[in-house]
Amino acid sequence: MTVELGDTGTRIHQSRIRLRYNWWLGQVMSRFYREIKERCKIFGNKCPECGLVYVPPKENCPKCFAKMTEFVELADTGTLKTFTVVRYPVPFIQPRNPPFALGVIQLDGADTGFTHLLGEIDLEKIEIGMRLKAVFRDVREGNLLDIMFFKPA
Amino acid sequence: MEGVAIIGVGQTRYLRVNPNSHDEMAFEVTNKALEDAGLTIEDIDNSVTCTNDFWDGRTISCMTVTDATGSSRVPTTNVEGDGTYGVLMGLMRILSGHHNTTLVVAQSKGSISIPGLITNAIFDPLCERMLGLDAVSSAALQARSYMAKYGITEEQCAKVSVKNHKNAKNNPYAQLPLDITVEEVLRSRMLADPIKLLDASPVSDGACAVILARESVAKTKCEKPVWIRGVGHCSDTYHLGDRDLSDVGALASAAKRAYRMAGIKNPREEIHLAEIYDAFSYMELMWMEGLGFCERGGGGSLVDSGFSEMGGPLPVNPSGGVLSAHPVLVAGLARIAEAVLQLRGEAGDRQVEGAKVALAHGIEGACGQGHCVYVLQK
Repeated sequence: MTVELGDTGTRIHQSRIRLRYNWWLGQVMSRFYREIKERCKIFGNKCPECGLVYVPPKENCPKCFAKMTEFVELADTGTLKTFTVVRYPVPFIQPRNPPFALGVIQLDGADTGFTHLLGEIDLEKIEIGMRLKAVFRDVREGNLLDIMFFKPA
Repeated sequence: MEGVAIIGVGQTRYLRVNPNSHDEMAFEVTNKALEDAGLTIEDIDNSVTCTNDFWDGRTISCMTVTDATGSSRVPTTNVEGDGTYGVLMGLMRILSGHHNTTLVVAQSKGSISIPGLITNAIFDPLCERMLGLDAVSSAALQARSYMAKYGITEEQCAKVSVKNHKNAKNNPYAQLPLDITVEEVLRSRMLADPIKLLDASPVSDGACAVILARESVAKTKCEKPVWIRGVGHCSDTYHLGDRDLSDVGALASAAKRAYRMAGIKNPREEIHLAEIYDAFSYMELMWMEGLGFCERGGGGSLVDSGFSEMGGPLPVNPSGGVLSAHPVLVAGLARIAEAVLQLRGEAGDRQVEGAKVALAHGIEGACGQGHCVYVLQK
């Protein structure tokens, strides 16, 4: 239906777009989520040229353009590099009701940051450099939220 | 190489809600730019549009503005991204030697959708998208990273917002001219720490058009051509975690290319004003560093010193910047339009006296993944 927009002399048509997608994970990300789902293990991979360990793992190193060949098992612990507390609502997309915390965590054994939720944490006492540990769900589906959040270690 | 000039600009006033449709806005600015250039649509032989399917809510959204921009008559191409990249496309088309004039149009209606839903879709559906990240929360991660690394304070970020909203009072196109204090910025509602409501740009509707011409045309058709002396662009990696969010390497690389092309040795001395993409207050500080106005981490001290104020050595965002109106895709083109008005001496009460060289800057992607920098000269 269309509705009149105040006294602007114009009308708006209210509608929505519904689209379904099947996102293909590819070989590398399929392995990443399989390890999380089946064994609660977080894997990165290592660039054969520069030696940087990326998590999530990648098909190729963005810096060297080299094909990644070596998967590396990482710890489920790490150090907080940056964070925020989201205090505003956005419909549909937020994994929990605000306020909730997001952070970039450098997992032990990795060189890049892993962006995830922070939980079981005082939202007003989060600090860069905190040590954190992944909390896995009991029932896992093979996606990023199989890790429920990272909590203070 | 033949030079390329900007010979016409047109903007809507930027508003939270513009009651006109996207194609009505595109038609308005196309006509304004033509009038400004003293041309008719018959004089345009090439066009570039800037549209995005998610923001427009239509697939192949570029095809929906062909009528409003007169583009069914000429070769037309589309850039799915900021208007600065649209000008880049237009510039390349002219330099191909096959076109005399190029119309570049960008339009955006933030009011038609839920911006957080759309900016969430920037992120990898297999990874960060599931975390609910959007433009604001991802910027908050970057702001925290940058501020922690260099000891930048929330007060220094707030000063950018105070300055730019004040500048907007002299810009009839700006959406948010405001008299605010640092205290008011600090006390405004927290969105995502450390970003508060008044550190963030608004949701906006609007459109902008510019007309480019090859040198021989610009010199005969235009009394006040503004020359594109340099352009550079560069992008960082996609995933937030793979980047050093506090770093501005991609911008520094883009700026270096633009400066080299323009023969700029010392940007701090040779550039008279800069219009840069301050989607959030902290970004203006970071981008000043990437543009070489100061050393890395020096953005806070620079704003403290009054360097970027109107009347300072290098006014930044005399228009009020993106903090004062943020039509996505249009915002970078609006930076170019403002720089053109300044170099022509037509910027009214916000005129930077004696401005001969201006910088304009646009970004793409989350946390300024991509940057496009122009050096313009009268």
